[in-house]
Amino acid sequence: MKKELKFKVNGQPYDIFVKPKTLLVEVLRDHIGLTGTKRGCNSSSCGACTVMLDGMSVKSCSVLALQANGAEVVTVEGLAKGNQLSPLQRAFLDHGAYQCGFCTPGMLMSSTALLTENPRPTKEQMKEGIDGNICRCTGYNSIIRAITAVVKGEYKEAK
Amino acid sequence: MIKDFEYLAPRTLKEALALLDKYGDDCKVICGGQSLLILMRQGLVAPKYMVDIKGLSELSYIKDGRDGVKIGATTTHRTIEKSPVIKKKYPVLAEMESRLASIQTRNWGTIGGNICHGDPAGDPAVVFIALNATLTVAGAKGTRSIPAEDFTLDYFEVALEPGELLTEIQLPAPPPRTGTVYTKFNIIESDLATVSVAASVTLGSGDGVCQDIRLALGAAAPAAIRAKKAEAVLKGKKITDALLERAGQAAAKEAEPISDIQASEEYRRELVKVLVPRMTREALARARKA
Repeated sequence: MKKELKFKVNGQPYDIFVKPKTLLVEVLRDHIGLTGTKRGCNSSSCGACTVMLDGMSVKSCSVLALQANGAEVVTVEGLAKGNQLSPLQRAFLDHGAYQCGFCTPGMLMSSTALLTENPRPTKEQMKEGIDGNICRCTGYNSIIRAITAVVKGEYKEAK
Repeated sequence: MIKDFEYLAPRTLKEALALLDKYGDDCKVICGGQSLLILMRQGLVAPKYMVDIKGLSELSYIKDGRDGVKIGATTTHRTIEKSPVIKKKYPVLAEMESRLASIQTRNWGTIGGNICHGDPAGDPAVVFIALNATLTVAGAKGTRSIPAEDFTLDYFEVALEPGELLTEIQLPAPPPRTGTVYTKFNIIESDLATVSVAASVTLGSGDGVCQDIRLALGAAAPAAIRAKKAEAVLKGKKITDALLERAGQAAAKEAEPISDIQASEEYRRELVKVLVPRMTREALARARKA
C-alpha cells in the first residue's frame, strides 16, 4: 500500500504517494524528475547519490524515501541561486574538478556539507569530507584544488 | 530489488514495542537502514512488516552521569563522533566513529542499528566489549540488561528475542589509570575491518601492574569476541614485550576467522597476532597518562 510523503526538495513542497520500499534517490529521480542526483553503485559505496537531508549529507540510495517525510532535501539542482552557480560549482568548473562528471553532483554535495559545517577545513579535513565519494576517473586532486580555492575566498556567494 | 513490505512508523517506544509484539518474526526493525537496506536489496532479508524507529527521538540522547554515560539506541554515529562528552570520557569511541564508513553513512546510521545488525566486522561492538558496556533491551514483558560481550552471537545474529528492541547502551565510568584504544586493519579507509582489535588496560596504583585488561576482536570470529586467553596472559602482571608476544599468540589461537574476499584465515590470525600486542602497548601508554 502506498504511503503519503510530504517533504520539500530545494525549497519546493511535494506531496506524493510512494510504495514504502521506494528509496530517496528513486523519488528524486523518477517521481520528481531531478536527475542531477546520480545512482551509481546502489550499495552506499560510491556517494554519487549524495544529497542533503535536513542539512546533513546522506547517500540517497540508502535512505527510505518515507524517512524523509517532513524533511528538507537539497539536491545538486538546489545549489545555484537562479542562474548564478554556487562558489563550489564555479570553482569545480574553473579547476576542471571532474572528468566524466558522474561523481560531480555527489562531490559537490559532500563539499557543500563540509564547508557548511567547517568553512576553513585543512587539506586532511577536505579529504575526509569527500571520503565517502568515489571518482572513478581519480580526479581527486583537482577537486581538492577547487575546494581550496573556495576556502581561500576566491569565489563569492551569489547576491 | 527490494520486496514490498508494509511500513509502520510508531511515534513512541511503547507503540514500537506493541507493534513488535504483534508481528513478531514477520517484522523487522529499521532505524538508519544503512546496513539493512543493503541486505534487503540483495534479497537476503524480506520482511512483511517494517517498523521504522528512526523517528523515535526519545531514544536519541547521550546522557552524562557520575556512574558513566548512557547512549540511546537511535543516536547517530555522527552525533557520538562529535559529542564533547564522548570525546572527553571515551575518546576511543569518538576515534572509532570517525573511521566508521563515510560521513554520509554516519549522518544517518545509528549506533543501535549497527549493533543489532550483528556484523562481526562492525566497529562499535568491539569497542563496547572493551569498554565493558551493558545493553538494555525492552520488550512487551519489560526490560533486561545484556553485557556487550554476550550480545553478538553469530554472523548477523544477536541476543534479541522476537519482540525485543535495543534501547540503550550504558558505558561504565572508566576505572582510574585506564587506557582504551581501537584499530582496524583495512585496505580502503572507509571499509569494514579485515580484522579489528580493541584493548583496555587498567594499571594498579603505583606498581605498574596490569590490574585488569579487556581485549576484543572484530572480524576474527563469527561474532565480535573477547580474547580471554590473551587477557589471562597479561592480567596481574607487569607487561613486558615477551608477555605481549605471548598474548598475541594466544589471541591468534583463540580467534576463529574465516577466509573470504578480504583475507585468508591465516592472514587474519597473523593480523590478530600483530595487532593485539600493538594495541595493548598503546592502551598501556594511554593508561599511564590517564
